[in-house]
Amino acid sequence: MPYETDYTNQKFSVIGNRVNRPDGVDKVTGRARYGADASAAGQLVGKILRSPHAHALIKKIDTSKAEKLPGVKAIVTGDDFPDFTGGNRSLMDTLENCMARGRALYDGHAVAAVAAVDAQTANEALKLIKVTYKKLPHVTDVDEAMKPSAPVVHDWIRTAGIEPAPTTASNISQRNEFGHGDIDVGFAEADVIIEKTFKTEQTHQGYIEPHACLATLGPDGSGELWVTTQGHFTFRNMCASLLGLDVAKLKVTSSEIGGGFGGKTHVWMEPVALQLARKSNRPVKLVMTREEVFKATGPTSSTSVDVKIGAKKNGRITAASAELRYQSGAFPGMWGMLGAMTSFACYDLKHVKSVGYDVLCNRPKVAAYRAPSAPMAAFGVESVIDLLAAELKMDPVEFRIKNAAKKGTRASYGPIYGPIGIGPTLEAVKNHPHMKKRLGKNQGRGVACGFWFNFGGQTCTDLNIGIDGSVNLTVGTVDVGGSRASLALIAAEELGVDYDQVRVTIGDTSSLGHNDTTEGSRGTFSSGMATIFAARNAIDVMKQRAADTWGIPVEQVVWEEGVARAKGRQNSNLPPLSLKEIAAKSPRTGGPIAGHNEVVADGAGVSFASHICDVEVDPETGSTRVIRYTVVQDAGKAIHPDYVEGQFQGGAAQGIGWALNEEYIYGEDGTLQNAGFLDYRIPVCSDLPFIDTEILEIPNPNHPYGVRGVGETSIVPPLAAIGNAVSNAVGVRMTHVPMSPPRILKAIEDAQ
Amino acid sequence: MRFESPTTTKAAASMLASESGAAHVLAGGTDLLVRMKMGMVEPDLVLDIKRIETMKVLKVAAGGVHIGGAVPAVELGESERLRSLWPGVVEAANLIGSDQIQGRCTVVGNLCNASPAADSVPALIAAGAKALIVGPKGKRRVGVEKVVLGPGKTSLGRDEFIEAVVLPARAGKSADAYLRFTPRTEMDIAVVSAAVNLTLSRGVVTAAKVVLGAVAPTAVVVPAAARAIIGTKLDDAALEKMAKACRAACNPIDDKRGTVEYRTKVAGVLGRRAALVAFERAGGSK
Repeated sequence: MPYETDYTNQKFSVIGNRVNRPDGVDKVTGRARYGADASAAGQLVGKILRSPHAHALIKKIDTSKAEKLPGVKAIVTGDDFPDFTGGNRSLMDTLENCMARGRALYDGHAVAAVAAVDAQTANEALKLIKVTYKKLPHVTDVDEAMKPSAPVVHDWIRTAGIEPAPTTASNISQRNEFGHGDIDVGFAEADVIIEKTFKTEQTHQGYIEPHACLATLGPDGSGELWVTTQGHFTFRNMCASLLGLDVAKLKVTSSEIGGGFGGKTHVWMEPVALQLARKSNRPVKLVMTREEVFKATGPTSSTSVDVKIGAKKNGRITAASAELRYQSGAFPGMWGMLGAMTSFACYDLKHVKSVGYDVLCNRPKVAAYRAPSAPMAAFGVESVIDLLAAELKMDPVEFRIKNAAKKGTRASYGPIYGPIGIGPTLEAVKNHPHMKKRLGKNQGRGVACGFWFNFGGQTCTDLNIGIDGSVNLTVGTVDVGGSRASLALIAAEELGVDYDQVRVTIGDTSSLGHNDTTEGSRGTFSSGMATIFAARNAIDVMKQRAADTWGIPVEQVVWEEGVARAKGRQNSNLPPLSLKEIAAKSPRTGGPIAGHNEVVADGAGVSFASHICDVEVDPETGSTRVIRYTVVQDAGKAIHPDYVEGQFQGGAAQGIGWALNEEYIYGEDGTLQNAGFLDYRIPVCSDLPFIDTEILEIPNPNHPYGVRGVGETSIVPPLAAIGNAVSNAVGVRMTHVPMSPPRILKAIEDAQ
Repeated sequence: MRFESPTTTKAAASMLASESGAAHVLAGGTDLLVRMKMGMVEPDLVLDIKRIETMKVLKVAAGGVHIGGAVPAVELGESERLRSLWPGVVEAANLIGSDQIQGRCTVVGNLCNASPAADSVPALIAAGAKALIVGPKGKRRVGVEKVVLGPGKTSLGRDEFIEAVVLPARAGKSADAYLRFTPRTEMDIAVVSAAVNLTLSRGVVTAAKVVLGAVAPTAVVVPAAARAIIGTKLDDAALEKMAKACRAACNPIDDKRGTVEYRTKVAGVLGRRAALVAFERAGGSK
């Protein structure tokens, strides 16, 4: 076994079981409370007035008529948000994105907000606010925005990462370069070189639950926020910084979450709700419409990518390079940088260089979307890999295996890999029955690989054992994808109790220390690690209690399968003490039994996947059906296989939508044309085949159980896998995502 | 905003006539409620016609079919008789939205919404359906193709509504078909659509009507496409001629749902495919 680690072949008794999730009954019966499901006595309805222009100077906002409307309790504009940012530009960007300060930077940018006694009054008030705009030139296309002649979104931006530092403003906020070796030397060695340009359009995470919150904020500067979020601690810190509050005085509670995928890692209208609450001194509930979600939250970048790869006739890649241009919306981002870092991460390359540009446009501020930036880079790279394999007359899977990164490979973005799963996923693809299925007329097959870093981060967890021996685990990472079930399994594994004995709660910001947001596929990885350590701390307490009960040194006590045992022949007359027995006696043996842990969960293992996709294309309409899809991914260790498979399938489903139909469509005037689910086409059930999955387990040496994050990597390969499949089906290389029917039909006809 | 639910067509007509503000008729509400929610319309009067018993009637007979204005689309699909007489009309109604939408929406509502992309309208026109219009002065009957004037615009007076649509008696060896193109399999709106209704005699097309949707401000009847297949057994040349006529009849727009070029091309493809389906259903063989 080339990938054996310290954690290979561990024996587990609880984890790995497909138990029912603890939040399942509430969710299917409607009892679960989401962002919009909280109410407070005397609450007001908040509504936001948004710019109808792509780019405009706000000359005047006249709220006088709206203020006089009976039932209106507060109105805020940019002037109501004093600058507490202390010169922190990134905080100011967040504040300015929540509420425009003198300039509307995109269609949908908030310019004013109202709190009123009901929705009708609030809507009426919005109509009475008179905003005087002076329209400014706008730019929405990433390549256009990079031209020197383009309208400049922010005149204070100078491109970072260029020597010497530029002196004039530009829409390029930063340039980042990664790689090693000398690509000129590498390309000179190549027998075949393929170079191509790709484009991908902007997509939204498409979570079903819109952003929603209920805010209170009193004159004493203390408040509460109930909100749908992936990270309530981050929201607390962010809102406190933006509004000049003490972190400890703002209690944020995360609701159940109806999908986030990165879009709920960032505040959008929560500071506005708090400020309306402060001004009206009443609770304010603010729920976005779907149109607002599309226009004014954080979709992912549209991109333009050049990829060049050279190889020898024997199938070894000699050099690879890419230039990646990522649109970040109206504020600087790090998306081009992430694209450049991930682009060649699957391969073992001697000479490699990738350059990423972050580019501003008059579009909403880009946020993370599941493995942010990696799918677009993979679309370009994996398409060129396919073209190269064809040119070399090699099987595309064999070609990838030959060049795959392995333990000890220097990654294109810097580090040396430990044990990784790219090779094994490709071997599994090669041997999968899917690959042997014969294709019919107008059908094509594509394979592609994907990579994601994963993240650990700050984590803080409490485990409390009740008087009856039931276990309450309180974690601070929001459960986005079933982590409560996984964490209960982990606690049960450590303590040696039944899964049903453990109840997991997501604690509010006043009940635990800081927890980073559930992002970077960290929920089960990091809170799992903290849960293991917290449980072991609780076990130490129980061992001590048992030792005291028996009157022996604690060193003679072991914890096995949920009971304390006294070791040694001299103790053979002492019957074991179960967790339940120790818990029952705890009031008389020293009080409650608890285990706590705070940790920076370093060592999130990188994650790789390989996907297989079959499509059928109607050559007369350009319509594509995905007829079979298989995901193979390394999970490190699957704590709850159902939810691991669910993540694999969910990422593939989102990738299929992105590849075929989803896109932000902007008009000539820079306004968004399809801010709704009718014309922004995420797939419905009947659009998708059953997505088959295969979990590989190559343990992460940095986690006690070998866990790697599994949430994100599955969205990385689909654009390329479908791109390769469609290209193989129609005989024309597709280079523009989404591969919508008109684009495919045009490509077929242009080739004829 | 007032909400009224009269129990007779006469009462409904007089309520509409006496309303001075914006009055909107509510059947399933799958268009009206969405438009209200988006702030596109702000009715002073919402007139629910679902309490009018005569409007809930679906009568299917060889001599003609009566589809009441409050009959949900799902009921059309549940009538085996209707499916065999007018399969194209039924498949069009059963493509609207989704199962849930079809439990509420009506073909009359689909017609009155006056969208160029309405699914049931091309099929109704191809079938030769007539609309039974009620107003304060009584009832009148007009061809369905005369109801829609343009996007969101109908020929109905502000005090009129449609009580039912009526399909004519069915000749033997006849069948219809409806096809639409959408990027998604459901919950979508036609980028292009085509309805064909035809009659055969000894395997040869003797009568035909071809109607396209979503390629112009209203559904378009294409007589040249019908002529191209009348007198044929849908040989390849006839079909190509028909597709060409369909393309020539298109006057679409470029928008978020499709380009002029794409809609025009696919109109020909769908016209040809719908003709083949209807031909086979009528008992024809190539």
